[in-house]
Amino acid sequence: MTLATGKVGIICCSGEDLPEGTISRVATRLVLEKLRPDQTVTLCLPLFLAGGEDERAFARVFPTIAVDGCSKKCAEAGTKKFSGKPVATILVSEVMKKYPQLKIKSREKLEPQEMELAAKVAEEIVKKVDEILCKTAKK
Amino acid sequence: MENRKVVVVPCSGIGKSLGTVGRVATYKVIEQMKPEKTRTVCLALLTMGDDDALKLVRENPCIAVDGCPAQCSKKNIEASKGDLAYNMVVTDFLRRNRSLKPEGVIELNDQGDKLAEIIARALSEKADEILRKEKCK
Repeated sequence: MTLATGKVGIICCSGEDLPEGTISRVATRLVLEKLRPDQTVTLCLPLFLAGGEDERAFARVFPTIAVDGCSKKCAEAGTKKFSGKPVATILVSEVMKKYPQLKIKSREKLEPQEMELAAKVAEEIVKKVDEILCKTAKK
Repeated sequence: MENRKVVVVPCSGIGKSLGTVGRVATYKVIEQMKPEKTRTVCLALLTMGDDDALKLVRENPCIAVDGCPAQCSKKNIEASKGDLAYNMVVTDFLRRNRSLKPEGVIELNDQGDKLAEIIARALSEKADEILRKEKCK
């Protein structure tokens, strides 16, 4: 199995119980839909367990970024356990420390301030995507 | 027994709008319709075998809400030896409400929200039924 070129996989935790989980999910979709639509792909994290070998091959096919809401880092740990070690991890709770003025509380529909934080997390993901693509292009 | 809540576990479905429909339906139930009788848990925590998440789904009745036939939530609850009381699949509701065309993952369109509302009502009734049956045991 070899790494696919030109695409980066993004696995987010989606954490249903925490606002940070929704931020991880929305930030990931912002990258997939708007910021790097041609360079990124995703997979539902629980599909590693529910799916088959094709799903579990994901991180062996794509260099992968884990996007986690909290310090339990389920996306990083799950990707490593079921598929392959992620190249990088973005932690929402760490990004939040850089923007203490942005408060979050919603798990369902994000308020403007929460969308702003999701956009900041998306920027961090994009930086990593570009770094990975540059490195793979040089090889 | 008195403190048992129904744990509503939506799938993490990030690839399609149907995952978001299940997620939004879950929040309507746990935050608005039945906050005192229901709660949720991060599915990723279950997938990773977190002790607290495992305890929660083993000691409380669970409803899986899945976006697609892969049924990640149901399968993860079963793999966790959780108390799966019922499971719902969004595509089944979509078949019964063909006029609704859900779109959007970041934010659902109005039709997706309507479908989520229909599922939330069904979830709410099911949660009541499950807790009622437990009282009669």
